[in-house]
This record gives sequence, C-alpha cells and structure tokens, in this order.
Amino acid sequence: MTAPAPIFLSSCDRTACFQDHLLQSAAAFALVSAQERGTKAAGCNRGTDLAEAMTDGAFVEFDRVQKSYDGETLVVKDLNLAMPKGEFLTMLGPSGSGKTTCLMMLAGFETATHGEIRLDGRPINQVPPHKRGIGMVFQNYALFPHMTVNENLAFPLEVRGMSKAEREAKVKRALEMVQMGEFGNRRPAQLSGGQQQRIALARALVFDPSLVLMDEPLGALDKQLREHMQFEIKHLHESLGITVVYVTHDQSEALTMSDRVAVFNDGRIQQLAPPDELYERPENSFVAQFIGENNKLRGTIETIAGDKATVRLATGELIDATPVNVTTQGAQTLVSIRPERVEFKPEMIPADAHTIEAEVLEFIYMGDIFRTRLRVAGSDDFVMKNRNTLGQRRLQPGEKITIGWAPQDARALNPM
Amino acid sequence: MTDAAPLTTADGRPLKASLASAQARSRRRAFLLVLPLLLFILVTFVVPIGQMLFRSVHNDAFSANMPNLVAWFAENPAGTDPDEAAFAALAADLLLARENRTAGQIGTRVNYDLSGSRSLFTSGARSANRYEAPFREALLDKDEDWGDPQLWQVMRSASSAYTGSFYLAAVDATRDETGAITWAAENRQIYIDLFVRTLLLSALITFLTFLLGYPIAHLLATLPLRYSNLLMIFVLLPFWTSLLVRTTSWIVLLQQQGVVNSTLVATGIIDDGNRLSMIYNQAGTIIAMTHILLPFMVLPLYSVMRPIPPSYVRAARSLGASSWKAFRAVYFPLTVPGIAAGGLLVFILAVGYYITPALVGGASGQLISNLIAYHMTTSLNWSLAAALASILLGLVLLLYWLYDRLIGIDNLKLG
Repeated sequence: MTAPAPIFLSSCDRTACFQDHLLQSAAAFALVSAQERGTKAAGCNRGTDLAEAMTDGAFVEFDRVQKSYDGETLVVKDLNLAMPKGEFLTMLGPSGSGKTTCLMMLAGFETATHGEIRLDGRPINQVPPHKRGIGMVFQNYALFPHMTVNENLAFPLEVRGMSKAEREAKVKRALEMVQMGEFGNRRPAQLSGGQQQRIALARALVFDPSLVLMDEPLGALDKQLREHMQFEIKHLHESLGITVVYVTHDQSEALTMSDRVAVFNDGRIQQLAPPDELYERPENSFVAQFIGENNKLRGTIETIAGDKATVRLATGELIDATPVNVTTQGAQTLVSIRPERVEFKPEMIPADAHTIEAEVLEFIYMGDIFRTRLRVAGSDDFVMKNRNTLGQRRLQPGEKITIGWAPQDARALNPM
Repeated sequence: MTDAAPLTTADGRPLKASLASAQARSRRRAFLLVLPLLLFILVTFVVPIGQMLFRSVHNDAFSANMPNLVAWFAENPAGTDPDEAAFAALAADLLLARENRTAGQIGTRVNYDLSGSRSLFTSGARSANRYEAPFREALLDKDEDWGDPQLWQVMRSASSAYTGSFYLAAVDATRDETGAITWAAENRQIYIDLFVRTLLLSALITFLTFLLGYPIAHLLATLPLRYSNLLMIFVLLPFWTSLLVRTTSWIVLLQQQGVVNSTLVATGIIDDGNRLSMIYNQAGTIIAMTHILLPFMVLPLYSVMRPIPPSYVRAARSLGASSWKAFRAVYFPLTVPGIAAGGLLVFILAVGYYITPALVGGASGQLISNLIAYHMTTSLNWSLAAALASILLGLVLLLYWLYDRLIGIDNLKLG
C-alpha cells in the first residue's frame, strides 16, 4: 500500500460515485490504490468491473455458511461474504445476531455446520486456529496475566521459533507502534484499560498477520478513550495495509471506522454497504432502524412511478417517498425518514413536496442541535433535528407547524 | 510539609486521637462479635495444643514421687557411681512409693526409657518395708538389676520433670549410660521409618489426587452451569457420607473375596489362586485415602479454574500456539495457585490421617498417626505420643512455611 492516504479523501470520492449509482461494491473501491484513485474522477464506472474481480480473488470468503449449536436452530443462516485484501469490514448487529459466531468461525474456535470459509483462496474449515495465522483482539483483551507485556508480545514469536534477538526487535517495534515503549516490563494488571487495549492490539499485530479480527475491542473503555482508539486503530489499519474484521454493536463505531459494514440480524446479513450508503440508503426497515435515529410512518402505496411514490398514511395524509423494496400500488409500507432531514421552515421544503401537519410535544436543547418531538399522523415519537444556527427558531410545546422533506429522503421499505 | 505539626481536627484535637475515638465504638462491637469464636478456639485448640507441646517435654511421675533420690542426683554430678547414700535414698523413696501406691507410675516412667524396668519398681516397692542398711547390699540382694548403670542413667534423667528424652525416643534415639545420644540400628527403627513412610505416602496420595482431580476440575469449570452442578454433586457426594461407611465400602470392594477380585476372576484376567491383595496393606491405604481426599483437591482447583476466561487459551491459540503449548504456557500457570492450595490441603490432611489407615492399612499401611493413637490409648505413653504429634506439627508448619516462600500464601485459594 502506498503511504497513509487520508481516509477523508477516499470517503468523499466514494460519495461522489454512489450518487452516480455506478459503483455496486464500495469494497473494491477501498482497495484501489492511490494512483487508480486519481483516474477515478474520469471514469467512476470502472468500479463495477473491479468489484467482480474482487469476488474472484477475495481474501476472506464465507460461502453459504451455516452454524447451529444445538441442531435445532440456526445461529447463522446462509452467510455469503467476500472481502478483498486490505479492507476494514465491520460486523454490526444486536447481541445474538450471529456476528460474533461468524468471527469465531473465521478464527477457528467454532466450526461451521455447513458451508466453506476460505482465506486467501484456501478452505480453512479443517485448519486448527493456531495454523491460520490470524491475529485476534479479544473483548476483554485476554492478556496473559502471569506474563509481562514483553512476554505477552513475544509469545506468538516464540511459538514460531523466532530467535531471541529477532523477537526483541519485533516486540520493541510493536510496542513503539502503539506508543507503549516504556511499559514492556509491566504486568497487564498494572496497566489501565486503554493501555491494556493497546498491548492487546500490539500482540495481535506483532507477528505480522495479514488478517486481524477484533471482537468488540473497545467495549470496556470510556467514551473519550474509545473515540481516540477508534482513530488509532483506523490509522494502524491504513499504515500497515492489514485486512480487518471488526465486530461491534456500537453503530457509531462501525460508521466511523469501516470501509464496509455488514449489518447482522437474525443470523443474516441485512445489508452490506459502506457507511454512508448504509445510513442514507438503508435497504430494509431493520437497517433503517438500527443505524442512527429514524422516524417511521406506516401506510400504503398510493401511486408509484419510477423512483417516486406517494404513500397514504393511516390517518389519511399523503406523503412523498422513494420506493426501495416495494413495487406495487396498495402495498403496505414503512416509510423511514432521518430526523435531520425533516424541515419545518416553508422555504426549506421543496416546492412540489407534500407536507404534513405536526404538533410540537417537546423541545430539547442539545447544544449543537435542537431535538423536537412531534405528534405526526397520530404517532407521538416523531423526531425532528435542527442545527443550532443563527436565528434558528426554538419551537414551543403545543405549537402547530407544517413539516416536509425531499422525496429522496423518505424511503418506503417493506414492513418487517 | 512533612515536618509540620501533626494534623488536628477543626477544634484542635490531634487527628489520630480523634480518628481512634471515632472508630472505637465500631471496633469494640466487632471485637465482641468475634469474642465467642475466640474463646472457643482458645479452649478447644490453643490450650490442648499447648498442653500437648508441654507434655512432650514434661513428665513428673518420677521426679514428684522420688524426692530423696532427686535430691541425691542434684548433689552428685552426672557420672558419679551410686554410693550407699544413693541406695539409702532409693530405699526411702521405694518405701514412700509403697505407702502412696505410686510405684506403678514411677515404674512406667522409667520403663519408657528402659523397657522391662517397671516390675523392678513395683516389686521393689512391695518389699520396701524390709530393706535395712546397708541398703546397697539389701537392694542388690533383692534384684541384681538395681546395680545396672543404665538404670541409674535413666533415673537421673527422669529426676528432672523436663526432659528431651521423649523427642529422642520419637526419632529412635536413646541416651546410653554416659548420657551420649545413640541411634537405634537401621533395622530397629520404628518412628523414623514411619515418618518417612507417612511423608512418602502422603506425597503419593497428593500426586494421585492431583492427577485424578485436575481433569475433572477442568471439566467442572468449563461445562455449562447446569451440567457442572450435577457433576459437582458427584464430587461432593463423598463429603455427605460417613467416612467410616466410605472406608468400609472399600473393604467390601477390595478384599480377597471382594467385588473387584471376583470380577477379575470371573472375567478370567486373574485365576482364582492369585487373587490380588489390595487391602490391609499400603495399596489399601493409598486407594482409600486418594478417594476420600479427592474433593479437597478438586474444590480449590475448581475455584481457580472457574474464573479463567476461555479467551486466554483462545488468544494463545490464535497467536499460533498448539493446544498443548497453550495449555502448558497459559492455562497451567494460571492454575498453579489452585494446585498448590489443593496439594497443601491434601498433603496436610493425609499426613495426619488416622481412621482410614487404621481400618484398611494392615501392618504396612499404618501411618504415624496410628502410632500416636497407639501410644495414647494402648501403651499410655502420652508424652511420647505428644512428642510424635509435635514433630508432625513441626513438619506441617515447615511445609506451610516452604509454601509461603515458594508460592506465597496470598495465592492460596481454597474455594
């Protein structure tokens, strides 16, 4: 990989491409080297071919994988996933959604009941964990308490029969990489949570694995430290060019760090997409609900034409929406709208958009934003978020307002 | 800053005194709560142990009942041949013993150090009213043994109520007529042999419980709770059964006509003439004690293994260690405190075990506590029993000290 290319650049590139609806798999994009990225502006459509090429030479691949613990229920149902080398993929989902099981199958601590898992083109179902060469960071760090930090880091090198001098050099380098150089002789118990986290990271990387798995590694840290570590892990990923599979139930973590996010629920991947696509264009109501805050309005499709539809709500109002996975007139649908895309000032609402009456129930001042809870179409939990800009009006409870949104911001999903 | 005046409270009282008085009430209450236990331990543990230790070096059966001879020994240094005055004192003391009926006690005390001498005193005292000067001739006339220099050496040492001779006896040593320590011949040693056997058997039993207990403790610690609870009941079941019942059931199983032998014969593994003798010998002691002491190994191991998260071994495996290497380098070291605790517990219990070896040990399976019991109940040499018990106590304390030095008592986890 060339140098630590700024992640920001790549993410705005990506957005530009998505808007053209040309790139199906952003995974391919994340891998594209800096030079290729230069040519990207000229021809975004190359992405499609690249994505296909990637599936053939995928670095990690789950092929129709199923997992059952008791022979009665499936924890993982028909998992298909291909990720290219160098990608940062996050498995996100509520607890019990099967994401950790997938990670454990990849690490070799659980065996797949059905299907094949391939690493670098080689099936690894029968390969024991210690021969897979996968680095892993555990939720509780799993640093060996009876060994010093140095011994912990030297452990993977020692079992690989590395010479003492070589071991020491590598351990030193790994510790410096996580800025823990002077802590080599401490024991894990003498370190703070954040320091232990760094050591666990260094230990998973010290033997140069090409794939690193992380199982909610930041779960035990406080918010500020967590955000700092997210940035550091992201930085390490970019500078080392490693492939990372990251498991978390924290959606902001997933959105911040990943090239792609796989949203798990009920043993299936609900949607596999880059963070921005996931947030802005959820494919089903679970994803819409799980990622970020979301308003839901239930109704039936009144008219549908291309990428525009009108939805009749139960209370009789008519609203605009973009149909996602509803196709027929009269179908039941759940319309999802992000709170920050809801507008109440007439000049901000597109001229031809349908509007809807709302009553202010609650106004919360949150500093950077105002959070207003509204009663809309009989539901009491409709939320609108407005930026705290100069002259932004603070609504009073009881006030009657008219709200609206651009049709592409409301997504008509099939109700689950 | 450090040299400044001691800190005071707002109204000028020294902080330390203020703190002490503030806590005095709760401290007093805490003390009152433990007081009953403290008294109980004092009465049932500290006092008896102290008495035992005292008895092992103190026996006044001779010194309290032979005042004249004690006085003579005090006047004449060791090595002086008994003269007429000595025999006169002896005769006077024997007369006293006849009147007070203490000849038996005196004889028993001397008999501890010189066997066969008890009857000398009882018969000597019986005819004490007939001795006349010169006493030396009179007594020697009565029994030649009164002139035995070893007897006089023994009486001299018994003339002091405090003596180390019980400890000497407990390690198969005696003092000869000159007072020098002599060790019993190798083939006549009793106690040293028994101490060695006790320690070796205890070590073997400890090792066997470890060998059998480690896998089961691991299983208990890794199984889901509902299975492990069931298994734990099986481990604890022996605890809820009488020790006597468990031991006698081993007799049923292991004796020559017992279940195990009959099964082996029936299946043709051994023929009827060569039935194994697995009981009333060392094998019986080892088998039965290993079984009985197993829970004391399993429970500390379990309590140490339970909190070890499976992610440690997983981490080791993901870092490239084979399952054996992961066990040896990561899991095993983490269970050492449990092994040490279980080992210490089982070993100390085994060293002092009595009922099981007494019932199934036969002659070769006896441990030192059986001999202590013998001296307590049969030979009535309580001082020797106390000396043996004290040595045992010393050994156990030594072991405990070693454990503390090697592993650290803070690491002890007993469940």
